[in-house]
Amino acid sequence: MSVALVLAAVLAIGAIVAVALPFIREPEVPDEQDRLAGVDPAQRRRLQLLEERDRALAALSELELDHRTGKVSDEDYSAQVGPLRARAAAALRALDSAAEAPAPSEPGEPDDAVLQAVRVPTGSISAD
Amino acid sequence: MAELGRGALVIALGLELWAVGAGGYAAWRGRRRLAASAQNALYAALGAIVVAALVLEAAMLRRDFSFTYVAEHTSRKLTDGYAAAAFWSGQEGSLLLWLLILSLFSAGVLALTRRPARTLLPWVVPILGVVGTFFAFLLVFVTSPFDTQPPPADGAGLNPSLQNPYMLAHPPLLYLGYVGLTIPFAFAMGALLARRTDELWIVATRRWTLLAWTFLGVGQLLGSHWAYVEIGWGGYYAWDPVENAALMPWLAATAFLHSVMIQEKRGMLKVWNVLLVIGAFLLSLFGTFLTRSGVLNSVHSFSFSSVGPWILGFIAFVTAASLVILFSRLDLLRSRTRLESVVSREATFLYNNLLLVALCLTILWGVIYPIVSEAVRGETVTVGSPYYNFFLRVFGLPLLLLMGIGPLVAWRRASLRSLGRTFAWPAAAAVATGVALLFLGAGSSTPGLIGYTFSAFVLASIVLEFGRGTSARHATAHESWPRAFTSLIGRNRRRYGGYVVHAAIVLLAVGIVGSSAYDTKSTATLRPGQSMGVGGYTLTAGRPRYTTVPNIVEGRTPILVRRGSDALGTLNPGQNYYKAEDQTSREVAIRSDYLTGEDLFLNAVINKDGSVHLEASVKPLVNLIWLSGLVFIFGSVIAMWPDAREQRRLATRYAEQPAYARA
Repeated sequence: MSVALVLAAVLAIGAIVAVALPFIREPEVPDEQDRLAGVDPAQRRRLQLLEERDRALAALSELELDHRTGKVSDEDYSAQVGPLRARAAAALRALDSAAEAPAPSEPGEPDDAVLQAVRVPTGSISAD
Repeated sequence: MAELGRGALVIALGLELWAVGAGGYAAWRGRRRLAASAQNALYAALGAIVVAALVLEAAMLRRDFSFTYVAEHTSRKLTDGYAAAAFWSGQEGSLLLWLLILSLFSAGVLALTRRPARTLLPWVVPILGVVGTFFAFLLVFVTSPFDTQPPPADGAGLNPSLQNPYMLAHPPLLYLGYVGLTIPFAFAMGALLARRTDELWIVATRRWTLLAWTFLGVGQLLGSHWAYVEIGWGGYYAWDPVENAALMPWLAATAFLHSVMIQEKRGMLKVWNVLLVIGAFLLSLFGTFLTRSGVLNSVHSFSFSSVGPWILGFIAFVTAASLVILFSRLDLLRSRTRLESVVSREATFLYNNLLLVALCLTILWGVIYPIVSEAVRGETVTVGSPYYNFFLRVFGLPLLLLMGIGPLVAWRRASLRSLGRTFAWPAAAAVATGVALLFLGAGSSTPGLIGYTFSAFVLASIVLEFGRGTSARHATAHESWPRAFTSLIGRNRRRYGGYVVHAAIVLLAVGIVGSSAYDTKSTATLRPGQSMGVGGYTLTAGRPRYTTVPNIVEGRTPILVRRGSDALGTLNPGQNYYKAEDQTSREVAIRSDYLTGEDLFLNAVINKDGSVHLEASVKPLVNLIWLSGLVFIFGSVIAMWPDAREQRRLATRYAEQPAYARA
């Protein structure tokens, strides 16, 4: 047998060991401990709200910078800052209430009612 | 050692298949240990592929001509540097490089995102495995770099055009770009399969996408410089299908990098972003198909290239599978937000996207039309530079203008009064530049004049953005001006890194416009002592001389360069004859004036009677094109540089996900 074949065999054994490693380390695991933890509906909803909060805070920050650099006039700033602050505050409130509320029964989509609560309708920003 | 290389590739194929099969089953059925095993398979595949690559590289350096691939691409006279680079000079080596880089990216992204993206990775692993399986399959069953033969006395050598220092960097950089686009694709598909339509896949792949895009951009620019200094036709981009093959995924990725910001800031364009990621990945596969199938020489070259139909089949499979996955998740991707105003930052991003995609599609049509025409009607059709240049002006000039408009417009909506105030200075700078250029005679080219005027507008808007931002920071944070400037960039790296990249694109545009719209050319046959003039230079030919270095006979004609009464030195254009390869290459001579950015470009053919046929051109501002590469890298690094504050915020956001460990 050539050196190349021996090295290939060693490589193959190494590959098998790498693939089998999780089963070698934990040979016998009860079924419930061998399950991949997914993101449950409550965590999914919380993630959605966290993103909503970050978006609202980032929008406020952008508005401040745009105002300071002259891209947004004082009038436009006054018209936009209130609703954005309200949206950020609503996002924070929704996060608090989501932490206390039970998880929705339907997995997958976030709770529309909660999302509605954190979102100021587009029209209201224009109207202010 | 060919057996070791072959064996390593077979092992890699087995591991990739395990990542697909076991990984897919583990993600579907929620099996923790099996998912970890599939991840380990991708790490182990990297090890096996590194071994295969080392075997081939060692054979290249030893000139082991029992390897058919080595005999076809190296020779004993080839220097070690080029023998090492010959690894990726042919089909089999290039595909092995593809697989090696894919494995590096896969292992890297698994290691670096294992915490924030731990709930997504079980679905990402099988997608990465599918791509890896395909390329490993090609290398094991279709086109192996480890085929052997009775060793000939010497190899065929390397194509002279490839014997250039750029050969060491250009192909690997392009492949880093092509292959890197697999990562956002795999995460996007993984997120859809996992029904995760939050931003995790975007956050996890943001820097990987930017990295791949940067590599692709720099790789193309290096290729352009290589063509400029080596090929000898005096240009840097010929709209060659191979060049277009790299440009198309770069354009699609550019569109994605802009539109993804709208998703992050407004929660919009989720479907569009996934489509762009799919498109960029498919275009990178299409680029591989174009360069590796042999279809560019003739559509009938499928008989000569065994991989063409396989890659085409894989593209069809990826297209169908990814669209099925996307449409099956459309209900999760609907946006609840809408565009508030057509005059807003997000609207300019949208226009930018439409123009980029339109440019990409017109280039794609220009590339595939001749192939389809020859395949269907048997007619050879060429889509030349006029077609591409027309659409570059139609879509490229508005894109250039948008780069200046975008930063000046506020998010959400902007009033006319604000726009008037923010646009005043950049518009004044643009008009002043345009008028000044008209007086200086730049009106000879209307697209050139428009390009320069738009470039002035963009540069002014970028300078204004930095100036106003620094001023605002100085006023509110009470920082010194230098401190305000650095903290402004440090706190908004993506934004200001992006502006630096925009400045690089402006330099590129100015260089392209200057060197193509305002260049001067002249051709003459000169005997020793005779002179010709071009663009204010006087060129006097000397007597040709020949020198021999290992494997190469170098023929050069000294050309004395003068401007007015000033002697500027001697340039030595000519030809090289490569003995082992029995081929001749042109060796251009270039005099760069770094103060003005202008090049004097000489291309000479030495005749048997001692005269020289000299093609001379003067290319204004061409050096800005190469300078733009450095600025581009600088801007990309700023945009990619980790921001500790942002990382803390994201870490908090995703910290509550269940661990990818025991439940």
